[in-house]
Amino acid sequence: MEKSIKFIQGNEACVEGALYAGVEFFAGYPITPSTEIAECLSQRLPERGGKFIQMEDEIASMCAIIGASLTGKKVMTATSGPGFSLKQEAIGYACMAEIPCVIANVQRGGPSTGNPTHVSQGDLNQARWGTHGDHNIIALTASNHQDIFSITVDAFNLAETYRTPVILLFDEAIGHLREKLVLPDEGELPIVGRLRTSVGKGVDYRPYLPREDGRLPMSDFGAEHRYNVTGLFHDMWGFPSNNPQVVSDLLRHLMDKIDNNVHSITRYKEHYMDGAEYVLISYGSSARSAIHMAKNRRMKGEKIGVLELQSLWPFPQHLIREKCSKAKAVIVVEMNSGQLMYHVKAAVDDPGKVFLSNRIDGKLITPADIKGLLRIIQGRGV
Amino acid sequence: MAIKDYLRQRFFPHMWCPGCGHGTVLNSLLRAVEELGIEKNDIVMTSGIGCSARISGYVDFHSLHSLHGRALAFATGVKLSQPKLKLLVPMGDGDALAIGGNHFIHAARRNIDITAIVMNNKIYGMTGGQYSPLSGVGKKATTAPYLTIDNDFDVVELAKAAGATFVARTTTFHATEATDFLKKAIMHKGFSVVEILSQCPTHYGRKNKEGDAPQMVANYDKITARLGSKKLEENPALIGRGIFVDRQAPEYCEEYDKIIEYAMKGRK
Amino acid sequence: MAKKKLKELVINRDWCKGCGICVAFCPKKVLELDKEDKSVAVRPQDCICCKLCEIRCPDLAIEVVIEPDKEK
Repeated sequence: MEKSIKFIQGNEACVEGALYAGVEFFAGYPITPSTEIAECLSQRLPERGGKFIQMEDEIASMCAIIGASLTGKKVMTATSGPGFSLKQEAIGYACMAEIPCVIANVQRGGPSTGNPTHVSQGDLNQARWGTHGDHNIIALTASNHQDIFSITVDAFNLAETYRTPVILLFDEAIGHLREKLVLPDEGELPIVGRLRTSVGKGVDYRPYLPREDGRLPMSDFGAEHRYNVTGLFHDMWGFPSNNPQVVSDLLRHLMDKIDNNVHSITRYKEHYMDGAEYVLISYGSSARSAIHMAKNRRMKGEKIGVLELQSLWPFPQHLIREKCSKAKAVIVVEMNSGQLMYHVKAAVDDPGKVFLSNRIDGKLITPADIKGLLRIIQGRGV
Repeated sequence: MAIKDYLRQRFFPHMWCPGCGHGTVLNSLLRAVEELGIEKNDIVMTSGIGCSARISGYVDFHSLHSLHGRALAFATGVKLSQPKLKLLVPMGDGDALAIGGNHFIHAARRNIDITAIVMNNKIYGMTGGQYSPLSGVGKKATTAPYLTIDNDFDVVELAKAAGATFVARTTTFHATEATDFLKKAIMHKGFSVVEILSQCPTHYGRKNKEGDAPQMVANYDKITARLGSKKLEENPALIGRGIFVDRQAPEYCEEYDKIIEYAMKGRK
Repeated sequence: MAKKKLKELVINRDWCKGCGICVAFCPKKVLELDKEDKSVAVRPQDCICCKLCEIRCPDLAIEVVIEPDKEK
């Protein structure tokens, strides 16, 4: 059978990925530049018996998907900038109560209203630290529609695997860009379903007791196990606890379940990295410019490669260290004031060889922008 | 089944202060559930944050102790994704109508089949006695040492205007009436609101010199009157008790099911 | 209808916080608070089984157990 090919926006590619992954419930609130995700799902979800609801605000949308996830559904919301800020408290709740959900943040200029229609990658650290308190998070991104599709599927898989919110950190340029998407066939990409407890009726079910493999089987609201879900520190039954040992074990678990699996969560792509003397590290739409630049310089014989990150959190420190170990210089290409760069500096042996090629003016970074910096680093003048 | 069978008894005695009306609300609510004979597994109780919110930990239902003000937003997600479940959402006055005011009016506007219970003690108890949007003018609170100048909401009028299809008000003095209204609210198809005046002797009562718990409870009989009663007719300044709204209107989840039916037909 | 007869007024002393609501509203003054501020049935013989104490108790600590109707 011939593959189904679509020519669509990045936001629509995200919708296609979510549907492929089996999303059943979406709650959202209109906000540029993510609104197309809500619009498309309002049409597509009921066609397959799923539910869409436009809530009264961003906070309510985040809360509603958590509620729906507890009934056993795969859930998602989508937002941008100010909406992402509003969702933070409830994202923290989903971290604490370990509720699988996917949040797409199609980044725009900020802080505050910034510019809704301009591109930015300024929410990188907010994705990691936006909610208060110690916690861990998974944040993924992509630079083209095929990858948006598969990384969205991945987001649902990781949310279910680790019982955690997963953030899709796209940006305005990639979200609104139109390009080709080849829809994978059913079964082509792996799908992780909800892991439900095998504990029978009348047997003590502990919703927060990890199995040997670290996963925590769930029980749907409405099923036979009645347990408590709370944002308070809680014991393995979900009931509030102030016991220092219980609290410490819980927080360590929330950190460790992701930290101990950085290797299996990390997603990246290498472009022209063979023997690269200059390594560009980038992600999202800025990676497109980095790849374009590297390709052109390679054709001229320069050894330039791109390490494209598709998972930003947990930060792939060891990967960065390894891939940059032989580089003369590392250039982080991003559209913020160096949010990823600082983490890269901390990861490599010699932070002095890490440079930043960025734009924070709402315009897409261009290959020429990167080339300009590279020439200075190479001592070839501007 | 006895009402104790609906409790998670291992957490008793509960954490509410002596004489707190919230325990009476829990008492009335469990009687309603027991008399209706609803299966524990069919009930999800969603609460927010505050004294009132601790109620969800004490009941042997599926319980979701959520975020301050957001209980109805969480409940909306649960209900829409699994409409067969009964959603009970007890909230405090600050929880329901200050930080959660937006969710309150929008849940009412949608007429989604959820029962909201406003446990109105006119104060933020958990944080130590600050004034709430239901305190009213001229009240003392830790954040109103010179008395409040803020007007209060009338929960019944607000719920009515926002589109709730069942609205009732009672008090902890009128515990049998509370059970009766709660039963009707739970069985009502659509968004139902039951406001229950619930004494806070520790903070509100003490600061405003309303006496101890029994005096505060007795006062509810004095300051309220049943709708249609002679007492209310003679003194319209009293707070009305009773069922203010009980009407049928399209329910949100059922309407959404029609969308699904339509959308699925369109695909075939 | 036959008059209801009290079998036992069960008061859970661990749960009772001694607020006095049951004492204040008992129409027959059956209940009192003891030295430890716990509710006790001092005049159970006067109880008319109206259950006002049970349904208003904020601590859910009171249960009015009624003698089963023998004729049934």
